[in-house]
Amino acid sequence: MSGKPRLHYFNGRGRMESIRWLLAAAGVEFEESYLEKKEDLTKLQKDGSLLFQQVPMVEIDGMKLVQTRAICNYIATKYSLYGKDLKERALIDMYVEGMFDLNELLMTYEIQPAEKKEQHFANMMDKAENRYFPVFEKVLKDHGKDFLVGNQLSRADVQLLEILLMAEEFKPDILAKFPLLQSFKARLSNIPTIKKFLQPGSQRKPPSDEDIIDKTMKIFY
Amino acid sequence: MSAKPKLYYFAGRGKMESIRWLLAAAGVEFEEEFLETRDQYEKLLQSGSLLFQQVPMVEMDGMRMVQTRAILSYIAAKYNLYGKDLKERALIDMYVGGTDDLMGFILMFPFLSAEDKEKQRAIIVQKATSRYFPVYEKVLKDHRQDFLVGNSFSWADVHLLEAILMVEEKKSDVLSGFPQLEAFKARISSIPTIKKFLEPGSQRKPVPDDKYVETVRRVLRMYYDVKAN
Repeated sequence: MSGKPRLHYFNGRGRMESIRWLLAAAGVEFEESYLEKKEDLTKLQKDGSLLFQQVPMVEIDGMKLVQTRAICNYIATKYSLYGKDLKERALIDMYVEGMFDLNELLMTYEIQPAEKKEQHFANMMDKAENRYFPVFEKVLKDHGKDFLVGNQLSRADVQLLEILLMAEEFKPDILAKFPLLQSFKARLSNIPTIKKFLQPGSQRKPPSDEDIIDKTMKIFY
Repeated sequence: MSAKPKLYYFAGRGKMESIRWLLAAAGVEFEEEFLETRDQYEKLLQSGSLLFQQVPMVEMDGMRMVQTRAILSYIAAKYNLYGKDLKERALIDMYVGGTDDLMGFILMFPFLSAEDKEKQRAIIVQKATSRYFPVYEKVLKDHRQDFLVGNSFSWADVHLLEAILMVEEKKSDVLSGFPQLEAFKARISSIPTIKKFLEPGSQRKPVPDDKYVETVRRVLRMYYDVKAN
């Protein structure tokens, strides 16, 4: 196992993208092994690398970690992106779980059958604008600080930026009613490690197009 | 806010049950407010107590916590059920992720049509016996210790026991072929706090029935058809 973490997933965002964001934000270089055909997944399953036969899987520090949350929790703790005490961690967890729920909606849009897409889109935009974004706008408004929790960068900030950008891909003016989220977005995007990740040529993955979805469905289903 | 944690949810299992289990396992007494009417729920929404307008919500230590995983992680850490270091925590998180996924197949079960229920029952049993139980069976077999992680009682053990009992409700002999899990189940069930929780009269909730489904639908105005995942 090399010194750097190695990510095992298909060449797309999915559930691995939040992990890429966290590692990048922490300034940790990582390698990736892409699953391209069903045999790639079967091979990993057969050699016992995947605890529950699923990806994401990340080789890190002598472990083969699976389960997105377990991986994110480990990275966040290791690189001091998880608050300074139990209460800050609780806040971070609450925020991040809310973002996870919204991410599920955004992530599953492309795989909706044609007749359900419109309703799914309306629902996810409604949740973003009326359930989730107002919460984070208010958090920033109430404490007036640069970061969501404890006046320092945490995984909550990284994951919020990730989801703001993804939502904008669906609806470019979605942040119109959220001035603090707009300035949060600008501010976080300027953090050197994040700025680097946002540049072309980084390991950030583009939104999945029809081709990628097709290919992925063939590997996993 | 009282000194004891206060749980806000329906009088049924749903997403709150794992929280009840963990508090009980830790020997923590808690109170519950049960949502029975739409009015109650709207009041709760208007009071701003629900960060994302959802339950479960748990009032504890001056916070109104939401998001099941956030609540469980907090309780586990507070009551020393989260391992002794980062690596143990990673193992616990992985194992809990698995049992969470397994129980996820059961979560919506009560809301399914009769036909879908039969299909889902088969899926639950298949996932349990081919994907999840073998993992925990092997963990226990390989290290020969009483508990899943670090030779010490943790959230992972509580969560696994909960999952085992839930799957057994769908197929009573589902543990045949898993001798380590049989022994684990007996062992963990006899831990005093857990034994107490398993006795009649505890705050453990029964298998969800039609009345529970009706209550949830009414309170959340969730009248659409639910399909299995």
